[in-house]
Amino acid sequence: MIKVLFFARYKEVLKQEQLQLQWQAQWQTLGDIRAHLVQQGGPWSVLEDPGIMCARNQDMCRLDTAVQDGDEVAFFPTVTGG
Amino acid sequence: MISIQVQTAPFDSGQLTAAVHGGNLAVGAVVSFTGYVRDFNQQKQVHGMFLEHFPGMTEKSLEQIAHEARQRWPLQSVQILHRVGELEQGEPIVFVATASAHREDAFNACAFIMDYLKTRAPFWKKEQTAAGSHWVDGRASDQAAATRWQQDSKDSP
Repeated sequence: MIKVLFFARYKEVLKQEQLQLQWQAQWQTLGDIRAHLVQQGGPWSVLEDPGIMCARNQDMCRLDTAVQDGDEVAFFPTVTGG
Repeated sequence: MISIQVQTAPFDSGQLTAAVHGGNLAVGAVVSFTGYVRDFNQQKQVHGMFLEHFPGMTEKSLEQIAHEARQRWPLQSVQILHRVGELEQGEPIVFVATASAHREDAFNACAFIMDYLKTRAPFWKKEQTAAGSHWVDGRASDQAAATRWQQDSKDSP
């Protein structure tokens, strides 16, 4: 299983802040997880945002960062704190 | 010493700045930055804002930024405080202070922390205007500000 979190605009558009996905052996990177979600169509296209940021186990990472079963990943829009 | 706080309550930057000095006689310079909610942004009148964050990762990322600053400059202490939740115009949002023996290290470290915080800490601003509320877009100028610290000179941007 993999836990996926969404924040800010993505959370609102998707009307959910987290979900669990059954692990799929072909997944290698966070980009693969994103592609799997986008493929569901409808509101999931929000994740095609070119400014998308992501984290693996609460560390900022890139879409080409490796992912593994049991990870917690997060997708969110460009951060705007400060 | 590194102090990281994420809270909903307002803060007094004067008190915080004094605490960062903390009576430490080795400290010759304390530089502090306080960010406030403006009444105007991206051509819209702003009444207030909501700040969302990623609990857990927020504190972790702020600690990493503070540690990185301490690796780059000799600092006696670093304090980062960021508010979340509902904020009114004119209220303080963020406070960063650095204490060092000399001013240049304290100035650079404080600027570095703010630039990194704006691009690497998981906070999102939602502004409330007369036309409703909207999420603030990330800015390329913030990315550029953070990128300047990636060059090899640690003392100047």
